[in-house]
Amino acid sequence: MLKITNLKVELEEESKEILKGINLEIESGSVHAIMGPNGSGKSTLSYVLSGKKGYKVTNGEVELAGEPILELEPEERAASGLFLAFQYPVEIPGVGNMTFLRTAMNSQRKFRGEAELSAADFLKLVREKAKELKIDAEMLKRPVNVGFSGGEKKRNEILQMALLEPKMCVLDETDSGLDVDAMKLVADGVNALRDKGRSFLVITHYQRLLDHIKPDFVHIMADGRIIKSGGPELALQVENNGYSDLLAEVQ
Amino acid sequence: MTSLEANDSVKDGVDQETVEAVRNVGGHYKYGWETEIEMDYAPKGLDSDIVRLISAKNNEPEWMTNWRLDAFSRWEKMEEPNWAMVDYPKIDYQDIYYYASPKSMAEKPKSLDDVDPKLLETYKKLGIPLKEQLILAGVEGAEEANLDERKVAVDAVFDSVSIGTTFKDELRKAGVIFCSISEAITDYPELVKKYLGSVVPVTDNYFATLNSAVFSDGSFVYIPEGVRCPMELSTYFRINAENTGQFERTLIIAEKGSYVSYLEGCTAPKRDTNQLHAAIVELVILEDAEVKYSTVQNWYPGDENGLGGIYNFVTKRADCRGDRSKVMWTQVETGSAVTWKYPSCILRGNESQGEFYSIAIANNFQQADTGTKMIHLGKNTKSRIVSKGISAGNAQNTYRGLVTMHPKATSSRNYTQCDSLLIGNKCGAHTVPYIEVKNNSSRVEHEATTSKVDDDQLFYCRQRGVNEEDAVALVVNGFCKEVLQALPMEFAMEAQQLVAISLEGSVG
Ligand SMILES: Nc1ncnc2c1ncn2[C@@H]1O[C@H](COP(=O)(O)OP(=O)(O)OP(=O)(O)O)[C@@H](O)[C@H]1O
Ligand SMILES: [Mg+2]
Repeated sequence: MLKITNLKVELEEESKEILKGINLEIESGSVHAIMGPNGSGKSTLSYVLSGKKGYKVTNGEVELAGEPILELEPEERAASGLFLAFQYPVEIPGVGNMTFLRTAMNSQRKFRGEAELSAADFLKLVREKAKELKIDAEMLKRPVNVGFSGGEKKRNEILQMALLEPKMCVLDETDSGLDVDAMKLVADGVNALRDKGRSFLVITHYQRLLDHIKPDFVHIMADGRIIKSGGPELALQVENNGYSDLLAEVQ
Repeated sequence: MTSLEANDSVKDGVDQETVEAVRNVGGHYKYGWETEIEMDYAPKGLDSDIVRLISAKNNEPEWMTNWRLDAFSRWEKMEEPNWAMVDYPKIDYQDIYYYASPKSMAEKPKSLDDVDPKLLETYKKLGIPLKEQLILAGVEGAEEANLDERKVAVDAVFDSVSIGTTFKDELRKAGVIFCSISEAITDYPELVKKYLGSVVPVTDNYFATLNSAVFSDGSFVYIPEGVRCPMELSTYFRINAENTGQFERTLIIAEKGSYVSYLEGCTAPKRDTNQLHAAIVELVILEDAEVKYSTVQNWYPGDENGLGGIYNFVTKRADCRGDRSKVMWTQVETGSAVTWKYPSCILRGNESQGEFYSIAIANNFQQADTGTKMIHLGKNTKSRIVSKGISAGNAQNTYRGLVTMHPKATSSRNYTQCDSLLIGNKCGAHTVPYIEVKNNSSRVEHEATTSKVDDDQLFYCRQRGVNEEDAVALVVNGFCKEVLQALPMEFAMEAQQLVAISLEGSVG
């Protein structure tokens, strides 16, 4: 589904290398987790994958479902099935959540040459998905993420994901700031979407989320590189011992 | 129901051929935007004979002719103002037609291929005024089709003349007078004599004086005491003929305890040359009456390089004469090459209230200098100003506002909020507030912000699949939300689309 080959990335403003040769292959239907110390480049990776401005790819290639995507606009990548649940979801004052969701959904459909969803069908769909994530109608009417609590913002990200039905979901610390019940809701939301044709890249600092969303692989990222890959046991090791052993190992 | 039968709701003095021609305009107005109709022009330029001719074309009584001539002789001695933050080549007032009206059937519809696809796209997106245009053009069934959806009575002004007013009978039943100003001069001379020029005096300013001399048509509204107007009233202005100035004049009188909501929409075709539009709107609001006046101004703004476009120099003023009277101006200004416009409120009655909600968008080489004046004269008067200015491309956008609290306007309040949004780094936003408080029990609050369109917001939208242009439109519509909500619903939809259209090409 997603294939990252020797990806090196610098900041556009200053020539500072953040990603120093990332290799990662995610099969269709699998769940990969990335853990790593603060500032190791996890969010940067998610931004580069989704096409945010401000980064310069100096080397490497990224393929989504066999197609190279680094030359595509962010919206083209999105319509091709890439979704990023942001570590810090952005507030858009004055734009109703519902309007935003509908615009996003119809933009993607239009891009793929599909018919727009009627207002009635759309409403039905949103209400259904919102209910599963315990997002109340009031929140749907409010402007996008404005005045939402940290946990509400994260649930709103998952709602968008559930509606847009992407093929490749990148979740950047979606568990941070969630209470125990909300974490369960988010995990259930993700699990409900697990499918042979859909893959996940879950960035997290905590084993807790991975208890609910059982990853197939866990990668440890440090200083712009993936320094170790393994099964779910790797996450447990991090939880118990921190990163120092792992970092020492590479030295 | 009136379906523009024969000469029924058509202004006297417009011959049957003209009516036919304009009816047919509807047909290809929908597709093209150049309406080739043979026009009846007065000779180019301005002198007292032209003023007399305009008056004669409208079959005006002598008092009106003299009123105009007086204005003209005053105008001749005036100087064009230059204090606004706008810059345009000197206007040659002798190189303009001051009167043009559709004349005959000799129209040659241009084929679809001749029309600039960009413009076509624009108007297709706009859609809404076309429905009214259908009614006005007498298209069968159009009126019924509209009845279910929305009731808006429309007066259409095409270049210099009013073409016809819809729903006249229904309004007449409620006692409401809604007709063209030239009809009103003939049919309701007492009302016109009493109120015309009573809010915007003949010598108010250079463009107002010019308008007083040469205005050719416009709308007249009279709402009797205690009447709530049963539907939205609307005037649709269109400049079609080349090198023609449009000088319309609107007069609305709201008697004690009455209410009316009035909409004004404007378009003009694409031209390489600049065209002058100098209008006056006067609102007279008596005790406990309320007037809402909304404008969606989409005159042709000129092309990407600043060629052509309308000079929009407009004087709009409301006089809240009675105690507890209320006025609300809402404007969405997206068009015109140069805009110079300050809808104002004279809060004369005690406890009267004025509100001004504005969205001004300037893209490419457009220049907008707009704002409001709140003149507090009565006790316990209140005003509120919400201005949202958006600049893109090489455009300059200025908010200019005046709030005065006179010595007698005790315990009065004003709140001003003035937000500017910049798209790109070649445009400019300016805020010029003037505040004068001449008593010590009144309060004036002013808040202003300037921000750039946030890249993180755009990226967030784009990550969800919304293309860059739509993302900008979404974010900007969010920024304008407060003002859009102040518009009547039908217009809010249209205005949202207009925001998107007028920002096209502003990113990337
Ligand atoms: N636009 C930027 N300007 C300057 N430095 C940047 C920028 N973007 C990223 N960096 C730097 O790149 C490094 C990686 O940041 P990134 O946000 O990817 O880390 P992270 O692994 O997601 O950390 P966390 O676990 O704290 O979320 C950090 O040192 C950060 O300061
Ligand atoms: Mg991060």
